[in-house]
Amino acid sequence: MRTDLIIVIPEITLLTMACLVLLVDAFSKDPLHKITYWVTQLSLLLTLCALFYYSPDYSYIAFNGGFITDTMSVLLKGFICAITIIVFFYSYEYLKENELLKGEYFVLGLFAVLGMMIMTSAYHLLSIYLGLELLSLSLYAMVAMQRESTFATEAAIKYFVLGALASGMLLYGISMIYGVTGSLQLTEITEAINSGVVDRMYLVYGMVFLIVGIAFKLGAAPFHMWVPDVYQGAPTSVTLFISSAPKLAGFAMAVRILVDGLFPLVDDWQAILSVLAVLSMAIGNIIAIAQTNIKRMLAYSTIAHVGYLFLGLIAGTASGFAGSMFYIISYALMSMGTFGMIILLGRYDLEAEKLDDFKGLSIRNSWFAFIMLCLMFSMAGVPPFLGFWSKWFVLKELVASGFIELAVVAVFFSIIGVYYYLRIIKLMYFDQPDTMSAIKASQQMRVVLTINGLLILLIGLAPNSLMRICLTAFSG
Amino acid sequence: MFLDNLPILSMLIWVPILGGIWTLIISDQQERIVKHFSLFITAITFLLSAVLYYQFDNSFSGMQFIEEFYWIEAFGIKYHLGVDGIALPLIMLTTFTTVLVVLAAWEVIDENISYYMCAFLVLTGLMNGVFVALDSILFYVFWESMLIPMFLIIGIWGGPNRVYATIKFFLYTFLGSVFMLVALLYLYSVTGSFNIQALHEVPLELTAQKLIFIAFFLAFAVKIPMWPVHTWLPDAHVEAPTGGSVILAAIMLKMGGYGFLRFSLPIAPDASLFFGNTMIVLSLIAIVYIGFVALVQEDMKKLIAYSSISHMGFVTLGFFIPFGIFAATNSSAGAVMGMEGAMMQMISHGFISAAMFLCVGVMYERLHSRMIKDYGGVVNSMPCFAAFMMLFAMANSGLPGTSGFVGEFLVILSSFKVSFWIAFTAALTLILGAAYTLWMYKRVIFGEAIREEVSDLKDIDAREGFILFLLASVVLLFGVWPAPVFDVMHVSVQQLIEHISQTKLL
Repeated sequence: MRTDLIIVIPEITLLTMACLVLLVDAFSKDPLHKITYWVTQLSLLLTLCALFYYSPDYSYIAFNGGFITDTMSVLLKGFICAITIIVFFYSYEYLKENELLKGEYFVLGLFAVLGMMIMTSAYHLLSIYLGLELLSLSLYAMVAMQRESTFATEAAIKYFVLGALASGMLLYGISMIYGVTGSLQLTEITEAINSGVVDRMYLVYGMVFLIVGIAFKLGAAPFHMWVPDVYQGAPTSVTLFISSAPKLAGFAMAVRILVDGLFPLVDDWQAILSVLAVLSMAIGNIIAIAQTNIKRMLAYSTIAHVGYLFLGLIAGTASGFAGSMFYIISYALMSMGTFGMIILLGRYDLEAEKLDDFKGLSIRNSWFAFIMLCLMFSMAGVPPFLGFWSKWFVLKELVASGFIELAVVAVFFSIIGVYYYLRIIKLMYFDQPDTMSAIKASQQMRVVLTINGLLILLIGLAPNSLMRICLTAFSG
Repeated sequence: MFLDNLPILSMLIWVPILGGIWTLIISDQQERIVKHFSLFITAITFLLSAVLYYQFDNSFSGMQFIEEFYWIEAFGIKYHLGVDGIALPLIMLTTFTTVLVVLAAWEVIDENISYYMCAFLVLTGLMNGVFVALDSILFYVFWESMLIPMFLIIGIWGGPNRVYATIKFFLYTFLGSVFMLVALLYLYSVTGSFNIQALHEVPLELTAQKLIFIAFFLAFAVKIPMWPVHTWLPDAHVEAPTGGSVILAAIMLKMGGYGFLRFSLPIAPDASLFFGNTMIVLSLIAIVYIGFVALVQEDMKKLIAYSSISHMGFVTLGFFIPFGIFAATNSSAGAVMGMEGAMMQMISHGFISAAMFLCVGVMYERLHSRMIKDYGGVVNSMPCFAAFMMLFAMANSGLPGTSGFVGEFLVILSSFKVSFWIAFTAALTLILGAAYTLWMYKRVIFGEAIREEVSDLKDIDAREGFILFLLASVVLLFGVWPAPVFDVMHVSVQQLIEHISQTKLL
């Protein structure tokens, strides 16, 4: 029991700190919420420290099989915390600028992170569900935080209704699985399936609902309807948050359910995921071309990226999962940078939401135009940027597992995808700006965004370490 | 000698790239320094390649100047460089051409000069990288990232329709390349290696070879470009600034040819044999049909672009004639000649097309028109220029004594081994090439000056004269004495022919 508690020290730290942040904010009179912000960042840092200090280097299942800590969970949690630190940094700048600053943003954010950490470590369908709901409920509230905005409210309601529906599906799937295997614990489910006495039809039936739940949370087609509206309607800081760390948690959930729990059904879920992947890549990449709002365009690009993420899972091998992990981490980095750019270009009265706001950026500010160029080419998967390696990695594993046709389809849709990324570069470099107003942004915002952008290039030039890290996550 | 231990291939890649970044730091305010610095960097790069040529061992068919260490150790991807006789002439061509491009931009590009120079210098480094990479993923990274500077060059400094042209260029070439990536990944799953030379040795089923061949074909045929995937080239050429056109025609097209020699033929020789006739027919269509298309162009740059496609038809013809010879005669006699002819054609076309585009550039700077009908009687006001252009026009139509003749002649000669009619059809280019080039020359240069602006034209200045003089001397030199090129590549080509004449079937 004592070890069990040690294992969850990072989660406990985060929970305690989140409550503390709530208290601090209640007593703070500062309109800029400086203390709240710094305590929030501190709590994430403390969680990171706890994570690396208290995590064993073997995998350990705690709380009667409900919670696991293994290399994958530790690494993913580490990345989730690190990414959230940067996200909160960007968010703070944005919220300050747009006078949306409320202490609740950070409290909800911390609870969302807690939900993600639980999802990452959950080894029991119920604890997975609990983590997911903690994350989702925090996100619903965050989307709705801009109370006066009708767009935000619409987005929040849409997100909530569809999210509730998906949770229902997930629960239904869980109950089916429980019905046939008599357990919700992932190892026990696997054993039950392997024993061969379980009726396969009901099992696959339940699994389909689980996959629907996963696909919805990750935003894969055809369960992607909420993504564009939420991305567009929510305040940019929230969109930024939704598009980064929760994707990692969603990936972890997919791995837990499909790989740790339902691996004996690999043939079945490979087939289902292939359909989802192709649909996502097609719908995401094609519809993105028609968008004029950059947040909406990025929403469709996310849908396409989730399709590529599935490719690594479809490969069905340890290195394939590592490929997916690499993909989702690089995606989170790129997505953060891109939304960071949108925040940077935004001004109080006008958010840089339209594609046209990027017109002539190279003349207005050549350095950030270059950063955006790196981000866009990276998203498009052009070497030597990070995004190329993430596509390369999943494609390589896909081909190694013999899904060559799927790989061909995937690269075909990536060509379509290149077009709309190129369009942004075209706007920045080949068009004249509508306004010559200088970019107003704080010094630290510039520095962090620069580091974010250069990381895309530098990891692209030397991707070995990140690849190694992802491979170790699945080597056990 | 201290030069012996230099990592010369790495320097060929990184000196221009770092130099390019440095031009950005110098910035536009110091325009003169940017120009001189860029010229200095390109000159250094050219000297490096000259050292490479000097130290190169002609009698050795394998890779030389090898540099090898792990880049992405997790998957055994190496930073693995080396040159053989096939790559070396192309590297020389690249480094030589970029010196000219920098000189040509001297007084022409007036805005964002440091970006312009940076883009070209980075591009040079990446192109050198393509020619020296021996790891297929490293090759792919250079091959694709090269598109980025070219995309910007056409898009920023191009003509009125530049956005359409540059996006078309990017998407077209990207389309071809990604399928090559899948093929490379498949080869890795079979061999467990990304090493290009290891891929040469691996035995493969015919079906697999065919699919691999098609994937490579998409990448390289688009780049060369072969009929019918050539349509991006006229657009890109017309819209690109002069320097961009020169690089496109002189070097980028050659990468497609290089890709065929480095990947398609040695990795899938049986599929190449299988598709050999198709490729020969496609090449002949390019030579003849595109020749006719060139005849009716009204835009000089477009005309030269089409003439490039037609000339590159000779290159692909020369690459696949050996397979025709294997099939027809069961021996490889004459195969080396065809392939060397194609290589020579690549080199010579690099110089000639660069020269032609620079000539059009010289006129365009003065009159801001590329239309043939806007000119006429240029010889009256620009006699020196007319003389240079005469030489290049003759070379473009394959006149003996110029480098344009050597390659075409060898390829035609080699085609006789397969069939008289192939040789006959290919030889039509000597008529067609002369027709479109000289007809254009006549309409632009000779006759009365109908427009007042034309008679006021100033003849070329020392800078332009120097550029054209350099090119003219190379064109003539290789026309009468092509040995420096042949000597370097002979052993490597021979070894390649030997390799592809053997089946790789299991």
